[in-house]
Amino acid sequence: MLGEIALWSFVVLLLTGTFLTLWFRPSMAEVVYMGSYDQFRGLHMSEAYASSLDISFDVRGGLLMRQMHHWSAMLFIAAMMVHMMRVYFTGAFRKPRELNWVIGALLLLLGTLEGFTGYSLPDDLLSGTGVRAADGFLKSQPVVGTYMSFFLFGGEFPGDSIIPRLYTVHVLLIPGVLLALIAAHMLLLVYHKHTQWPGPGRTEQNVVGYPLLPVYAAKAGGFFFIVFGVTAAMGALLAINPVWKYGPYDPSKVTAGSQPDWYMGWPDGALRIMPGWESNLGPFTLSWNVLLPIIVLPVLMFTIVLLLPFIEAWITGDKRDHHLLQRPRNAPTRTAIFVALMTFYGLMWAAGGNDILATQLHLSINQITYFMRAAVFVGPVIAFFITRRWCISLQRSDNEKLLHGYETGIIMRSTEGGYAERHLPISESRAFALTSRDPDEPYSSDRGTDDNGVVARGSRIARVRAGLSSKWYENDVAAPTRAELEEGHHHAEHEHELQAGLDHPADGHQFDGHHTVEEGPLRDDH
Amino acid sequence: MTTREGDDNLPEKAPVPDPGLPDHTWRPTDVDEAAERRAERQIATLFGLSALCAVLFVVSYVTLDIGEVTTTFGGLGASNLALGLSLAGSLLFLGIGIIHWARKLMADHEIVEMRHPARSSDEDRTETVAALNLGIHESGIGRRPLVRNSLLGALGLLALPVPVVLLRDLGPLPGDSLEKTIWAEGMRVVRDVTGTPIRPAELQVGDLVNAEPAALFETDDEGEPLIEGVQLQVEKSKGAVIVVRIEPEEITPGEGREDWGVDGILCYSKICTHVGCPISLYERTTHHVLCPCHQSTFDLADAARVVFGPAARPLPQLALAVDSEGYLVAQADFDEPVGPSYWERDSRCASTPARWRRATPPPRPRRRSRVPPVPLPPGPTTGWAWPRRARSSCARSSPTTGRSCSVRSRCGASSSCCSPAPS
Repeated sequence: MLGEIALWSFVVLLLTGTFLTLWFRPSMAEVVYMGSYDQFRGLHMSEAYASSLDISFDVRGGLLMRQMHHWSAMLFIAAMMVHMMRVYFTGAFRKPRELNWVIGALLLLLGTLEGFTGYSLPDDLLSGTGVRAADGFLKSQPVVGTYMSFFLFGGEFPGDSIIPRLYTVHVLLIPGVLLALIAAHMLLLVYHKHTQWPGPGRTEQNVVGYPLLPVYAAKAGGFFFIVFGVTAAMGALLAINPVWKYGPYDPSKVTAGSQPDWYMGWPDGALRIMPGWESNLGPFTLSWNVLLPIIVLPVLMFTIVLLLPFIEAWITGDKRDHHLLQRPRNAPTRTAIFVALMTFYGLMWAAGGNDILATQLHLSINQITYFMRAAVFVGPVIAFFITRRWCISLQRSDNEKLLHGYETGIIMRSTEGGYAERHLPISESRAFALTSRDPDEPYSSDRGTDDNGVVARGSRIARVRAGLSSKWYENDVAAPTRAELEEGHHHAEHEHELQAGLDHPADGHQFDGHHTVEEGPLRDDH
Repeated sequence: MTTREGDDNLPEKAPVPDPGLPDHTWRPTDVDEAAERRAERQIATLFGLSALCAVLFVVSYVTLDIGEVTTTFGGLGASNLALGLSLAGSLLFLGIGIIHWARKLMADHEIVEMRHPARSSDEDRTETVAALNLGIHESGIGRRPLVRNSLLGALGLLALPVPVVLLRDLGPLPGDSLEKTIWAEGMRVVRDVTGTPIRPAELQVGDLVNAEPAALFETDDEGEPLIEGVQLQVEKSKGAVIVVRIEPEEITPGEGREDWGVDGILCYSKICTHVGCPISLYERTTHHVLCPCHQSTFDLADAARVVFGPAARPLPQLALAVDSEGYLVAQADFDEPVGPSYWERDSRCASTPARWRRATPPPRPRRRSRVPPVPLPPGPTTGWAWPRRARSSCARSSPTTGRSCSVRSRCGASSSCCSPAPS
């Protein structure tokens, strides 16, 4: 479903993008604007900007296609991110699907780059400012920075080559790679078949679902039209990137509140809260204030995301194939790690809007920035521990349901005058789904004993690994065993007898004076 | 280590026995013909509405004018709104119709398929490895190191230098172009939109004017601009400046920059030293100017020291003077590169000590210096009323840049550096 949104958004991007190429002229040649937009008539501007204005004002449906293209780009990236969260939190990235996780992460990275190259093309004041910042990022790189800048821009910024070059990257290079990776992603999906939640009749060996033809294909096809239609409605109703309001690019001008598209917001936030560090290595200059937040940090974060399945498999020592999903609560450490990463991302993203936060909330931009400098380090740690404890409580709550039944909300008064809430057992299929969990098996570095009876503890790395593995599963609550369940049910039944004196479930209405007790169970299956 | 091979991950004795797949329940459309026909009609209606919207799309395409959209329907534009909504309707009704069809009328029997292990069978694996090894053996790549190594060498030479060389003409080498701007001795500072020169008297205390080098506005005899196109954009992106007027007693000039202002009028590069956005937001009471991109803040009364934000260096300052007609002019080009830092930025300044800039910050000047500012020239109309910037010796280094004036020699703006000042 989430992945489908991303897939269909990509199709919408291809369709609307092709439409735009028919009129867009990726050229930085200076032209005099003579189109319909009164305020700019007679103004000198680049051909790229002039043709963007033409698409908006002189091509029927052009503005709609521009807005739909931009909105579907945002949907594409947002859907990929939410899809990635779903896959991670449910453990769908585990063997044998690690490769598909890697492909997905590459798709997200390329989608982001594709978005950046796309919104840089109209050559308006906002996008030009972004390109100029990108030039600064390139120049900050050690040794090759200025060379990269001069080669990319065909000389000194801004030159007249960057728009045509970005255009080739945007319409040919990255979409080609995206298409190939999407194909590989889908092929692997078909090969591995879909994961499924544990439930009655669903095992690691089978897959339960509707057949591809006709019903699944019809639903997916129908969903394409819905995604397309929602994008069209957004293009009609929600204005996005009104380039005519920014004006043509002028390297001596800038607008207040300049912000990249939202998916570029988090490295921009890192850039904003970074202290102004710069150092000299002999005669050379190293701009840590640019290099660290905009080059090193994103590469590092991307590498971490890419490696998540392998790190987890290494720590847990789990080499089995998994086709049944896990609930996030049943993998507390995994869930907590990703929530910590999300917290980091979210704080960085908020820092990327520190000027907007300051003006909207009437706060001091300096204080927001100082707060964020600490929060991006402290916040993820707090989020990690809270999430982990939260998951473990939810595990306990599940076990409570299994052993003592669910809370009915019915308060019973005993003959002694005491009050107690009545619990009823959950259904068998629900109980099966809740108990279909792997028992935790932390990796152990013990390799048994050798001939002399000395315990071989394994290598140093193995011991570290075992330590991490036991931390990974620390405080987890295992699903109750059959014996515990039976005892729990027996106990609960006994209690019910004592409390109610009823031989069937009750929901309270039996005692409100309008119903007879004999009307029977209303909530027997939960 | 515990062995965890095999596919059977579920515990042998599940705490709760598998109740098996739930029974298929029949939908009303499966058992009730009336419901089935109703669903059929609903689906057909949805498809009909979709077709209607498609017709509406064509109608609005033909009838509605486009053009400036900012006036109709909250700025959305009649054409955009009608086209978008009819397209959305057409697509959504189609999609909802198809899904409704699938849910109500298509067979809804769930099927169970067995999974095949993603891992190939052991025989296949052994066979593949054997075939591979045989191939390697028969090619003799292991036994003939000469062939192997020459092949690797040839491949390496093909893969690395050839594409890199091919890409060489993407752009010129940087050279020293980043260290120079179009500013030169005696060039007028002009307003950025109109190109008119500025007299000191036109600026009030607290004013900030966006300015540019006069060369960008020069025209030939026929009124055609001398600099245009790419060159204009490049020079604009390096040469843009801001001119501010501050109460002279509030100014703490940088060392060696005492005579860089005119009556409290100072001129700085407009290009942020962080990643190169043009800075723009000026707060006149504090003399702070803020970059709207990443909020680096510079104190213009204090040699554009960084007071906040990610920028590491102060804004380069342009030394001002007044020409014989009473207009503001530059004394020389900037004495350091403008814009973001880069690797070779200081490489041609052999005297620059290698050190962390932050480790030895410049002495923080007091906001209000009790020392009276350097005496200013009597008036703007007296032409070169005071000697040109005295750049006496190489030993003196700027406190804000930590760079000795040998920088100037590479910048080529003046030959007076490292030699006795002309007088």
